Amino acid sequence: MWYLCVFFHRLLDYRRPEVEALAELFQHNSSNEPLEWRVPENHHPDSPFHFVNLSSDDVARDIANRSLLVKGMYELWGEGSTLEELEQAIKSYPDERKSPYLSSESTFRITVDSFGKVMSFEEQNNRIQQLAYIPFEGRVNLKHPDHKFWLMETDDHGGNNGLPPVVQKRIFFGREIGGSDRTLIPTYQLKSRKYLGPTAMDAEMAFLMANQALVKPGKLVYDPFVGTGSILIGAAHFGAMTMGADIDIRVVRDGRGPDRNVWSNFKQYGLPMPVGLLRADNNLPPWRPGLKEVFDAIICDPPYGVRAGGRKSGGRKLLKGVVGPYTVPDDKRTDHIPSTAPYSLVECVHDLLDLAARMLVIGGRLVYFFPVLREDEANVGNTVFPEHPCFELISSSEQILSSRYSRVLLTMVKRRPYTEEIAEAARVKHTEFRENHVKWLEDGNIHSSVFTPADQLTVSGDTKPLRDLKPKYRGKYV
Amino acid sequence: MRLLTHNMLSSNIKGVVNGFPLRIEAEKVIHKEVDLNPDFLRNIFSKIEWRALSDAARSLGYAELPEEAEESMLDSDEFLGKFHHALLEIHLEEGALVCPETGRKFSVSKGIPNMLLHEDEV
Repeated sequence: MWYLCVFFHRLLDYRRPEVEALAELFQHNSSNEPLEWRVPENHHPDSPFHFVNLSSDDVARDIANRSLLVKGMYELWGEGSTLEELEQAIKSYPDERKSPYLSSESTFRITVDSFGKVMSFEEQNNRIQQLAYIPFEGRVNLKHPDHKFWLMETDDHGGNNGLPPVVQKRIFFGREIGGSDRTLIPTYQLKSRKYLGPTAMDAEMAFLMANQALVKPGKLVYDPFVGTGSILIGAAHFGAMTMGADIDIRVVRDGRGPDRNVWSNFKQYGLPMPVGLLRADNNLPPWRPGLKEVFDAIICDPPYGVRAGGRKSGGRKLLKGVVGPYTVPDDKRTDHIPSTAPYSLVECVHDLLDLAARMLVIGGRLVYFFPVLREDEANVGNTVFPEHPCFELISSSEQILSSRYSRVLLTMVKRRPYTEEIAEAARVKHTEFRENHVKWLEDGNIHSSVFTPADQLTVSGDTKPLRDLKPKYRGKYV
Repeated sequence: MRLLTHNMLSSNIKGVVNGFPLRIEAEKVIHKEVDLNPDFLRNIFSKIEWRALSDAARSLGYAELPEEAEESMLDSDEFLGKFHHALLEIHLEEGALVCPETGRKFSVSKGIPNMLLHEDEV
């Protein structure tokens, strides 16, 4: 059945993948068929209004209630470009679908909402009065109605919240099936969290990552770069058992005192503590031989190299790297990260994929951020993401951070088992990284070049002119 | 550190062949109650090295686990309870994990095992 899915106008790239992930979580069809989507007539894909085909009201409700970016899922009773068209559409919507929600024993509420314009209270009332042709028999209850109806319309002139203008306005009327609970976000907001690190993941993104990873009670979720635990908090909220590691022992063990550490962050929200926290190097993980397929999901925000200097504490080796067989290829390398920084990123991603390939169950998910340099206009949109024979990339969602950088949330599903051959190839690669490390160190000072100031950025010797700030439309900046 | 974590770790010092299981030297062991989740226990059971778990639990003073276990025992609530307690409720707060081959100690402090190797061990 088709539902009207109305999104919040933010994180545009993340919206459909979130619904798709949640559909897999709640809609138990093993067919693996992708969800069907369509957008209303004359609407741009970044419009908040979408139609999605789901198996039942229950699934639609579960998805909407768990989602962060779905404002609501609605059973559409009618749509039109004018109020007259809308009336026709609602009248011709089958009575047997409408009457159960109009009965005299029930209570209801109508909300008028608009996208791209503000409607005065008077206009809203006016709109509601005009719906008199719908035979509502129940009583109005504004606070706790049994049934919630929504009249939503778009604006039809000029600017449209940064989207390409909608050619013609569209009015929708529907019954709410479910809506997201965004009170989660103020509850978990970083500014009231006791223990924070410089790269703590904001609450909304942590929940989105947990949704991409299909987190649910009884699942075991691992974050190899746990830091202050900000990503695992999202997973723990949805009921997962969590486990984390970090190379920096001060972060995982000490924090900033007895009541400001990773544990206290979980305690603050009444969440179950992580089942394990340890200090370990993702480059040389201490897992016992033979241990595999234990984690249901690995969710993380790998160090992009900006912080690589911090990771050599205790006289440890510096990060090192070279282009791997299933990582960023040569010709794209310089485009991704300035100077020698790709060394750290590339090896880090190699290690992460190898770890995930071994430690995830079949069907388990690896969800992580991957940085992209938006240097070259042509490069945007066809960036090559890491690949691995065990994994299928199922979604990539870009979040633009500045005119130069963006980060992409990648969701990969483990489809094939980790074989001896893959393990051997990974081992060879690992040795190669190690052996060449000293040489790369001599070639350049990794520490100081991991983060090249913007105006010094050069790509393979050719100084590229700085790109103009010329986003075509604001869509992805929302 | 819970015994779940202990069951997953080994000494990964270069050249060490049998780095598992790590021997536990306990200075302080505490018990923390955790909600029992039967689904999680059933999922994780096949991934656990049972002998290592029962030995580790015994070395920390909990001798209730049988030496051998098989899938069918998960139907018993009593067994699930014991498995749950050993796996998730016994914490090694202070102490060390000792590599069975080289005797190298990995310290455990405030419940966090420090598995990082020195330069000459990688």
